[in-house]
Amino acid sequence: MSLKYTVDHEWVKLEADDVVLVGITNHAQEQLGDVVFVELPEIDTAFGQGDDISVIESVKAASELKAPVSGSVVAVNELLADEPNIVNDDPLDAGWFCRIKLSDPSELDDLLDEDAYNATLS
Amino acid sequence: MSEDSLLKTPLYDLHLELGGKMVGFAGYAMPVQYPLGIMGEHKHTRAKAGLFDVSHMGQVTVRGDNAALDFETLVPVDIVGIEPMTQRYALFTNEQGGIDDDLMVSNAGDHLFVVVNAACKEQDLARMQKGLPNCEVTAITDRALLALQGPAAAAVMARIAPETADMVFMDWRPMLIDGIDCFIGRAGYTGEDGFEISVPAEQAEAFARRLLAEDEVEAIGLGARDSLRLEAGLCLYGHDLDPSTSPVEGSLLWAMQKVRRADGERAGGFPGADIIFKHLAEGVTRKRVGLLIQGRAPVREGAELQDGKGNTIGTVTSGGFGPTLEAPVAMGYVATEFAKLGTELIAIVRNREIPVTVAKMPMVPQRYHRG
Repeated sequence: MSLKYTVDHEWVKLEADDVVLVGITNHAQEQLGDVVFVELPEIDTAFGQGDDISVIESVKAASELKAPVSGSVVAVNELLADEPNIVNDDPLDAGWFCRIKLSDPSELDDLLDEDAYNATLS
Repeated sequence: MSEDSLLKTPLYDLHLELGGKMVGFAGYAMPVQYPLGIMGEHKHTRAKAGLFDVSHMGQVTVRGDNAALDFETLVPVDIVGIEPMTQRYALFTNEQGGIDDDLMVSNAGDHLFVVVNAACKEQDLARMQKGLPNCEVTAITDRALLALQGPAAAAVMARIAPETADMVFMDWRPMLIDGIDCFIGRAGYTGEDGFEISVPAEQAEAFARRLLAEDEVEAIGLGARDSLRLEAGLCLYGHDLDPSTSPVEGSLLWAMQKVRRADGERAGGFPGADIIFKHLAEGVTRKRVGLLIQGRAPVREGAELQDGKGNTIGTVTSGGFGPTLEAPVAMGYVATEFAKLGTELIAIVRNREIPVTVAKMPMVPQRYHRG
């Protein structure tokens, strides 16, 4: 499955009909600088598209990660607690943030494909 | 402020060439980091040598028959007693006993050489010009200021300027380096050994390149400058010190030599002396302390500090992540009864309670070269 993206530099990977994995793009981790702490949501937290679901602390500042889709959290990346730098080293794979069960799969249509996302970077 | 209206230091083009990520700071376009990143730059400085462009700061000369004595009317510091070719930390105070800026004053023999913070340099210049009518106060506008900091700084400078080898912490002198007319002080803002070097603007880039050509030296941005000084327990004016904080509250008694205190030979005579002496005699209601943080979440400026019972007893004034400590670190002001080392407090971050402990400053050992 190819990744989809948001204008806020998050990626979304469809794992099953109604489950996605979410993380931040390479552009985002470059902008943030060294990540020192990631605050992840509790399992079963429900939220709407655009709500803050995570806080990413870099050396200098905190940034919010917004939910690219509505749903509830079914898993979070435990590795980030001890090694937040994985977000910088491997943002698209090992640096995933959470697994979300979608409440409205049609929201996936709002997301950008790779070309459209890359166009926003220039 | 638009990019176009930001001022540029003499090293602006070099910063771009080195891949510096430029941000506005005190009206200047400054590099917050280079490709090495804030963590990498911070660690490099403590391991080897980091080169910082601090040309945005104000450099000022003060000349007069009694320049040192006159200068004492502006600061609660012994300026007269600064030995020739050495420097001292000082504070401009106000009528409320608060601090209007912190600065360095060097005894250059026939004049004082003063370095002030970038954000305050216009006000500081005006204060000196108005407050020192019998002195010639001149802003130096044609010099850059570089800082080379870290355990390898001495070895690097010894190669480039052998006479630096006999300088100890807080020495300051004019020196010809590679034929360039420099002023060099053995001090800095990182807690490490190092030098601050004033270089004529038109030779600054060549001088910086000369230093960067040395194996041990990397260019370091303002992001790491901040994390380095924070771990060193050094105040950032406008955050840990401001017009409402007295030197006593700021835990800066050491900067006020005995000769200027109430029973000293040249007691008082600076703005707010009465209030500051009262603080010294009777104590203060709040004090600046260092804080070590449990966990990995940074506790940043503005965070509320509470006692164990939900009462607000202080605020964080500087906070971030300390790459050398590999942990978050902060400074703040707490009610005096909570200022004892080891006191356990709570910081509120995004509505969560984070345990913090009052810690000795500096949080990372100082490595000044005292000879």
